[in-house]
Amino acid sequence: MSFEVGQQLEPRSYRVTRSDLIRYTGASGDRNPIHWSERVATSVGLPGVIAHGMYTLALAGRAVTSWVGDPAAVESFGARFTNPVPLPDDHDGTVGEVVGVVSKVESGLATIDLTVTNDGVKVLGMCKAVVRC
Amino acid sequence: MPLDPALAGRTFAPTEPYLVSRERIIEFCGAVGAELVDSGDTAPLTFPFVIAFGAMTQLMADPEVGIELQNVVHGEQRFEQVRPVRTGDVLTGTLSIETVRTAAGMDMIATRTEIAAADGEPVSSAFALLLHRGEASS
Repeated sequence: MSFEVGQQLEPRSYRVTRSDLIRYTGASGDRNPIHWSERVATSVGLPGVIAHGMYTLALAGRAVTSWVGDPAAVESFGARFTNPVPLPDDHDGTVGEVVGVVSKVESGLATIDLTVTNDGVKVLGMCKAVVRC
Repeated sequence: MPLDPALAGRTFAPTEPYLVSRERIIEFCGAVGAELVDSGDTAPLTFPFVIAFGAMTQLMADPEVGIELQNVVHGEQRFEQVRPVRTGDVLTGTLSIETVRTAAGMDMIATRTEIAAADGEPVSSAFALLLHRGEASS
């Protein structure tokens, strides 16, 4: 895949429900109760159950894979966890929006800057992927 | 109690070998809604965190370290990928503490977990910044 500096990648939108967090708790091994227990989450000062930071990063990873095609092309990938993603206890859950812009292309490597938002709030900081192109 | 700054530079024992089955990859993809790559034989980008989290759990269980999961916030996570995780990999994670800084009652622990396949083949390096509330507040 070829990338150009300034290229806007197709935005992605992913819906998340509490049921997904329960599945992720099992799949990842991260059983921290703030991701499934309202009681524990509110007791530590959170508004309620929040998504695992790594769940949100996994959504960003889905977007990267959708743009790049081959997961083996990714050299590095990561972010800071800047804001929590609260999950209401209903069927609709919430939505993560992922946009990507190519910020650099050099020596066969492209840097993609990602912006991940939930309800208009940026939830990841410095989210970047470096991919071979 | 703030964390002992002398922990910086310490490397912990590798985690128990983790056999990656196709079912595990499919389960992970299902949880995060990811499409299967190679019918589930290639894992998503953040799958190596499963191994890194195991190494962090081991770190927190170490009585000399004195960290409790409930007092930890995940501040940052980055992967340097050598290759994706694939079905049949037997993975271990070896965690090192790179730096420990304490400011305003918060320990900032920078960790690096080297994830390797059975023959020591490097698969991914996972860098995590853990924010730990040193004051017992819960």
